[in-house]
Amino acid sequence: MGIANWIEIGRMDELGRMDTPVHRVDARAKAVVTLAFIAVVMSFPVHEVSALTPFLLFPVTLAALGRIPSRQILKKILIAAPFAFVVGMFNPFMDRQPLAILGPFTVTGGWMSFASIMLRFVLTVGAALALVACTGMNNLGAGLGRLGVPRVFVVQLLFLYRYLFVVADEGSNMFRSVELRSERARPLSLRMYGSLIGTLLLRSMDRAERVYRAMVARGFDGEIRVLRRSSFRWTDAVFIGIWLAFFITARVWNLADGIGLLLTRITP
Amino acid sequence: MSHHIVEVRDLIYAYPDGTEALKGVSFRIEHGSAVALVGANGAGKSTLLLHLNGYLPTTRGDVYIGDTAVTRETAALARRAVGLVFQDPDDQLFMPTVAEDVAFGPLNAGLPPEQVERRVADALARVGMTHVRERPPYRLSAGEKRAVAIATVLAMSPDILVMDEPSANLDPRARRRLIELLLSFEHTRIIATHDLEMVVEVCSRVIVLDGGRVVADGPARKLLNDEALMLAHGLERPHSLKHLHPRELHLDNRTRGSL
Repeated sequence: MGIANWIEIGRMDELGRMDTPVHRVDARAKAVVTLAFIAVVMSFPVHEVSALTPFLLFPVTLAALGRIPSRQILKKILIAAPFAFVVGMFNPFMDRQPLAILGPFTVTGGWMSFASIMLRFVLTVGAALALVACTGMNNLGAGLGRLGVPRVFVVQLLFLYRYLFVVADEGSNMFRSVELRSERARPLSLRMYGSLIGTLLLRSMDRAERVYRAMVARGFDGEIRVLRRSSFRWTDAVFIGIWLAFFITARVWNLADGIGLLLTRITP
Repeated sequence: MSHHIVEVRDLIYAYPDGTEALKGVSFRIEHGSAVALVGANGAGKSTLLLHLNGYLPTTRGDVYIGDTAVTRETAALARRAVGLVFQDPDDQLFMPTVAEDVAFGPLNAGLPPEQVERRVADALARVGMTHVRERPPYRLSAGEKRAVAIATVLAMSPDILVMDEPSANLDPRARRRLIELLLSFEHTRIIATHDLEMVVEVCSRVIVLDGGRVVADGPARKLLNDEALMLAHGLERPHSLKHLHPRELHLDNRTRGSL
């Protein structure tokens, strides 16, 4: 079953259907807070690391209250990690200006910005994954739709999510069949990869046509309607309020430094 | 006015590249009958099915559902009357849960939530899949997927059920359940299939397509038992018929049980 099984896409749906205080929060409230979170995390200067750490509180709280097993989220963060790594990889070589001295080590600006990129990556991807796991992809889609996100994007997002595993399975079947018919030692040539990827693309397009056909047969007119409609309650407003207040506080004051100072002052 | 009758008159369809897939197909299917559409790969079965709900526009000729000709304007009506079950359930089941997938059609039809809920419950009960209603469709077995795909169409309460290869990829038990299910429907059923043994059990009439034309149309057992006809069009005479007394060959399925 390949890739689809390994990343356990279905597991996210199961988690999204649980019933916990976080799951009961309206999808719109969670989406707004998560977007604000991402915006605030991204707004820090490039070398910032310590002030970012308090922001871990948001994804961790969301996952903990939503009873999402941390393994589920960490595993998926790891899958995406190479992309962030590649983005930050050259910083330590480009920016060699020393910023701090830790015993025998000199910490350069490059290393700080690399650490900052990785931390931001963990924070934002972790928060997005926690959001999906605590909401369910289709509730999230419906929520985004009602927040005014254009329908086309919402439908695209839902379909990307639904067919990711089908296409991944098709792909792994194709690669397996090539492997079985090629000699053990020889790696696949670039040309082979090209034609396999091309075939996969064509197959995906055919599949898209067939799915659309099946949708039209059941009266699809461009809008995906959802049966359950949650309503926005005062607790959702409180949820938004508390988190926004925390984000602003943590953005304005470096809470990690603050706590550090407080502790060193108390304990001599 | 009844929507249960399907009539196709001189249907010609050419793909945009000019290949003629259908070269003048005509037939009329009456209320409540089960008709098999058989023929080799590329005979035009799937293309024909896509005309029955107006998905493909005819190049020439007409398709009637009841008294209404299917055109771009009446396609919505045809889609309500004709329920199409596609070959690959993965194409048909795209919502996150089974219940939502079954609700997709009724919600598109603009039914109020309580009524949608009732339709979903009824359709799932009808195919014996109530226990999977909250599961994601892609987690189901092939047999369950097939049954759910049929439920998604039943929930729209169509008058006519059209199915493309319903028994494909099913294990014997799932196939047996499907046959029982098909026999239990009162709808007009049009089934495109290569599973001729299933046709023997389910359908009273067979339409043989070859090269985009109807080459034979008649009682299922009589045509399927015609070895020369079957071989000439890339088909085979079903084994089960070889053991039947000639007298039984002309009987309809529904009277067969009383023998």
